Amino acid sequence: MDTTKHVQVGSAQAEAHAAHAAETPVLSALFRDDDDLMAAVKAARAKGYTIAEAYTPFPVHGLDKAMGLKETRIAIAAFMYGALGLSTAIAITYYMMIVDWPQNIGGKPSFTWALNMPAFVPILFELTVFFAAHLMVWTFFVRNGLYPGGKAQNPDPRTTDDHFLLEVEIKGDRAPLEALMKQNGAIELH
Amino acid sequence: MHYEAPVREPLVLGNKSYHDVTVEVAKPIETAPPRSWWIAFSISLLLFLWGVGNILYTIGYGIGTWGLNKTVGWAWDITNFVWWVGIGHAGTLISAVLLLFRQKWRMAINRSAEAMTIFSVIQAALFPGIHMGRIWLAYFVFPIPNQFGSLWVNFNSPLLWDVFAISTYFSVSLVFWYTGLIPDFAMLRDRAVRPVQKHIYGILSFGWGGKAKHWQRFEEVSLVLAGLATPLVLSVHTIVSMDFATSVIPGWHTTIFPPYFVAGAIFSGFAMVQTLLIIMRKMFKMEHYITIQHIEMMNIIIMVTGSIVGVAYITELFIAWYSGVEYEQYAFLNRATGPYWWAYWSMMTCNVFSPQFMWFKKLRTNLIFTFIISIVVNIGMWFERFVIIVTSLHRDYLPSSWTMFAPTSVDIAIYLGTIGFFFVLFLLYARTFPVIAQAELKTILKSSGEEQKKHHSEHDGHH
Repeated sequence: MDTTKHVQVGSAQAEAHAAHAAETPVLSALFRDDDDLMAAVKAARAKGYTIAEAYTPFPVHGLDKAMGLKETRIAIAAFMYGALGLSTAIAITYYMMIVDWPQNIGGKPSFTWALNMPAFVPILFELTVFFAAHLMVWTFFVRNGLYPGGKAQNPDPRTTDDHFLLEVEIKGDRAPLEALMKQNGAIELH
Repeated sequence: MHYEAPVREPLVLGNKSYHDVTVEVAKPIETAPPRSWWIAFSISLLLFLWGVGNILYTIGYGIGTWGLNKTVGWAWDITNFVWWVGIGHAGTLISAVLLLFRQKWRMAINRSAEAMTIFSVIQAALFPGIHMGRIWLAYFVFPIPNQFGSLWVNFNSPLLWDVFAISTYFSVSLVFWYTGLIPDFAMLRDRAVRPVQKHIYGILSFGWGGKAKHWQRFEEVSLVLAGLATPLVLSVHTIVSMDFATSVIPGWHTTIFPPYFVAGAIFSGFAMVQTLLIIMRKMFKMEHYITIQHIEMMNIIIMVTGSIVGVAYITELFIAWYSGVEYEQYAFLNRATGPYWWAYWSMMTCNVFSPQFMWFKKLRTNLIFTFIISIVVNIGMWFERFVIIVTSLHRDYLPSSWTMFAPTSVDIAIYLGTIGFFFVLFLLYARTFPVIAQAELKTILKSSGEEQKKHHSEHDGHH
């Protein structure tokens, strides 16, 4: 993989990856089956190796836990975005309907926001959802370094089809790690 | 690996490897379309262009070109609007509600159902837009400062709630769909041979590489989006129904409208999914992925929601009688026996009677029968909206202003034009997008593939 290009692209993920690769050499092992990949991850971790990255064509159930990844906090972010959306909706309905130009519309009380609030429930709900969904997806793109035309992050194009690539940090001698990967069904080592 | 009970029918037929799934999903994109695609596309394009011409004519001359009159101020336009929004609901139901319920059979059909949602909401949004008459002032529906000082939009109005509901629904459905598409676009990018194709799918795939952390976030995002889209989809048709229910027109002013509209929306949406998928699975030979079991499941949903709609119709009649309000009673008597009796009984036949055939397994697993019923249901659901809107309006409180509504050629052309536009979008999608969520489908291949399941049961037998 051309690491210099990645840095030019400016993706945080790619930079971190490039810097990381420069520090610790990694062994890339290619698998044909997700069960083999899982076995290899568990075996490598049991032997004290660190998994640098895994590239898979689909979400492999339990892989994040096996690799020791922390749980994602994106749902918490979504909750906060939703709270922001709700506050925005309260602010605009209060300002526009109560403060700036109160009107008697269909006899609905416009003296205080609380009295008029039942008529605003649909707006409060929709803006909550709007903010939560859109800002969460933006967060997802930014955190993953995804953007239109971004350079493919997977080093091997086969990993979006039916191959599974595991990058394990080499600790000391390369040979025992290679043997361990082969033992667990790796078909190619780089 | 998870195991699945052997009594469960396999969701993916044949002996498929991960690579087979890739190849078969990419095939419609990488090969020339069949002749049937070209025929369908040409007809849709002609209808679409005819519709565009008539929309431009309407914008140029005003909505006097439609059949509306002083008494019936809403007719085909709002009927079509509600019909199209309703159709969209099945897509979200399949992708969001069935995800929350962990229904794995949604995986082969969710992508196309979501595409249907987006394309039908586009058709729906067109109608209020052109009904405004001065479409260039459409920005007035948004709460933005304007040249009249601080004349704001009216947040008390259900029509404004509609603006917020439809735009939130459309945009959230779009990002939900697109997030799911990214790994599949990456798959197409990585196997594309032609440079132009590689470049386009490279842009569309946002550089996705399938890293473990990214998949972890991807699954969480999908789950949260499903959790948000589920109440959202229910809110959208609820709010659409409030356009009617918060008014004081007999026949509209009823509290049953929100659940009744939502059930009807799901009902018609699933019928449209059937229409589209039965054509698509044949055209692109997807029979191993979109199986008879999928068709049967959807037919069961059509049967259940159709019956709910039937209960709603009967409840409406009962409440009209029980209320003792003579205007309300007359509105319903007029629906069933007045000059528009044929519309009412078409609705009853298509929506309440026809789905009852789905009680029979032989009929609900028959493709041709399903296809016919799916079209009948959508005709019925169009009539439902026509009945609610036109028959409630055409005889108002003053008998001197009683009148009938007749569509003009412009009304008809715009309606057929949106059907053309919808199919143009869907047919283009079917040729250029991965029509099956292949990354997601690969996760269930080992547990729900036909050959893999056989292997498990043999394996279990030995122990």
